[in-house]
Amino acid sequence: MTESDGLSRRRMLMKVGILFNAAVGAILAVPIVRYILSPVTRERKAGYESWLSLGPLTQFPQGQTRLAIYRNPVVNPADGETANIPCWVRNVDGEKFQVFAINCAHLGCPVRWFPQSSLFMCPCHGGVYYADGSRASGPPERGLFQYRFRLEEGNLFIDAGELPTTGSPTASLTNITLERRPCA
Amino acid sequence: MRLIKNVGEWVDQRLQLATTLRETMQHPVPRQTASWAYVFGSAALTVFMLQLVTGILLALIYVPSAAEAWSSLQTLNHHVALGWFIRALHGWGSNFMVAIVLIHMVQVFLFGAYKFPRELTWIVGILLLLMTLGMAFTGQVLRFDQDAYWGLGIGASIASRVPLLGPWIVNLLLGGPIIAGATLSRFFALHVFVIPGSLIAFVGLHLLLVLKLGINDWPMPGRVVRRATYLREYHDLTHKDGVPFVPGAVAKDLFFSGFILLCIAACAVYFGPFGPSGQPDPTIIQTAPRPDYFFLWLYAVLSLLPPSMETPALLIGPVIALAVLLALPFFAGEGEKSWKRRPIAVLTILLVAVALGTFTHLAGYTPWSPVMDAWSGEPIPARYLKGCTALERQGALVFQAKQCHNCHALGGAGGQRGPQLDRVAVELTEDQLIRQVIQGGGNMPAYGKNLSPSETTALVAFLETLHPAGQAPARDASRTVESASRP
Repeated sequence: MTESDGLSRRRMLMKVGILFNAAVGAILAVPIVRYILSPVTRERKAGYESWLSLGPLTQFPQGQTRLAIYRNPVVNPADGETANIPCWVRNVDGEKFQVFAINCAHLGCPVRWFPQSSLFMCPCHGGVYYADGSRASGPPERGLFQYRFRLEEGNLFIDAGELPTTGSPTASLTNITLERRPCA
Repeated sequence: MRLIKNVGEWVDQRLQLATTLRETMQHPVPRQTASWAYVFGSAALTVFMLQLVTGILLALIYVPSAAEAWSSLQTLNHHVALGWFIRALHGWGSNFMVAIVLIHMVQVFLFGAYKFPRELTWIVGILLLLMTLGMAFTGQVLRFDQDAYWGLGIGASIASRVPLLGPWIVNLLLGGPIIAGATLSRFFALHVFVIPGSLIAFVGLHLLLVLKLGINDWPMPGRVVRRATYLREYHDLTHKDGVPFVPGAVAKDLFFSGFILLCIAACAVYFGPFGPSGQPDPTIIQTAPRPDYFFLWLYAVLSLLPPSMETPALLIGPVIALAVLLALPFFAGEGEKSWKRRPIAVLTILLVAVALGTFTHLAGYTPWSPVMDAWSGEPIPARYLKGCTALERQGALVFQAKQCHNCHALGGAGGQRGPQLDRVAVELTEDQLIRQVIQGGGNMPAYGKNLSPSETTALVAFLETLHPAGQAPARDASRTVESASRP
């Protein structure tokens, strides 16, 4: 056996070794990537949203807008208080409701309701909304996010479970149409 | 002494590093680089080591759980001996580190140190800057208070604007559907393992490059960098007019690093630790979240950009800025190094500094945000009500009760979102005031649905009194003509 033969066989073996490790690496990468992507693929979960009760309708007097709090449906022991999510409930006329997300449609800061002037104001970048959630002024490009709701046996239920953001599918589902305001 | 020497020799017989180390430490550097302008890199390294040590010390107590992080910070502040001091050192260390890294970058830019052959050193430096900012942001999240909670919401809202992938990125960022335990855990992993690990590796690479390529020579106007000749010129410079790095140049580094550590300790003792502010309970909505100092400029930009430009600016702006920084040594890799011959470089630095300074200053008093409690906490100054009729006083009540004061200042108090109204009667006629109140516009909400006709009449009557003494309110000329033509 010549020296070059031996070298080429060793080279060959080294290449096979590298290939072997690459293959094992690729096999291991599959569960690792799936683990990392689990918040996106939502494995073994129907979805993040589910119907939650906000309590009896008597808590939401007609013509008023009140703060309500629900416990997020997907919850872990380590979440603590962060799983308690507030939202604004507007009882329009006893039958028609609007449930607004607390998060400003601009960048998610908590909006506050001012019943005297019937406006929602955001403390961060100055977004303002009318009582029906439509944009009044400031940087938001749209009205407040709204939850779907239904009334059952005197209780108000909403479909919630995910932080509403401009790009999220829930946001586009519940996007309210902006009233066109002439001369504004 | 002899024992130490013997042990040292025993170790080095096996390790065989002493010669290399000695050569590295004594490598010649250009004489003029033993300067106070060249101390920021080593100071950044020193502060980084302080952050590593204090970070490990904090991890002994800190609990990275959304349910307990906030109380573990209270424990650190109040129940562990000098826990507050370690927190303060880490917090102030982070501020100093960002500042020193930025100053180091400005110095490197103005001294043309990114030019041939140090392009890769610059690129690694840009990555180190990004990681430093990443540490600053993730560190702010670990101080799991109201600011951290809503800051994460802002981060998620920005990420959600990425076309197509936005919602997925939000879920990946938060580790689930909402800001909760999983979010804090992954920011803990980033802040404690991922980013510091990469930082250590890239700092090592950065230092290795500095050693291999030599410290940048002091820029002389007229001494032009050319790829063909630079390496020989630098070799001549260091070997004919150089000093050994140790002890020739290192003394100033040592003094400056020590001085910076002392400053951090002084700030920590005097100002104490940062927060935590209120509990991270999303149901406490009486809060005005603010980012830490180094992201205040971004907070201002997000408030001031026109809505239509916001998403492109947020998503494309950083990419362009990063591309320009990374490409810099490739389109300006040769030529003059001295700032005296590079006016555009100096102007760029000034422009960026003035812009960042202005935005940071604005974010200090947020003129774009309504003052949420001005309507109940800032009364109208008494002099504005002196001699008013009953109707005008009723209007002043409407002004307070309808939260006009939250956005409009009177007598220097109140919000600055809208124009201050001390002279509004001179600027708008009665009709224009009524129209503005009812229809809004120019970024003001329309109050037509929220004010009764009598409230509007009273409010406008009050606004009509707001003019400087001796200056008549604005009048619509056509009104005079019309009333004169009446029989």
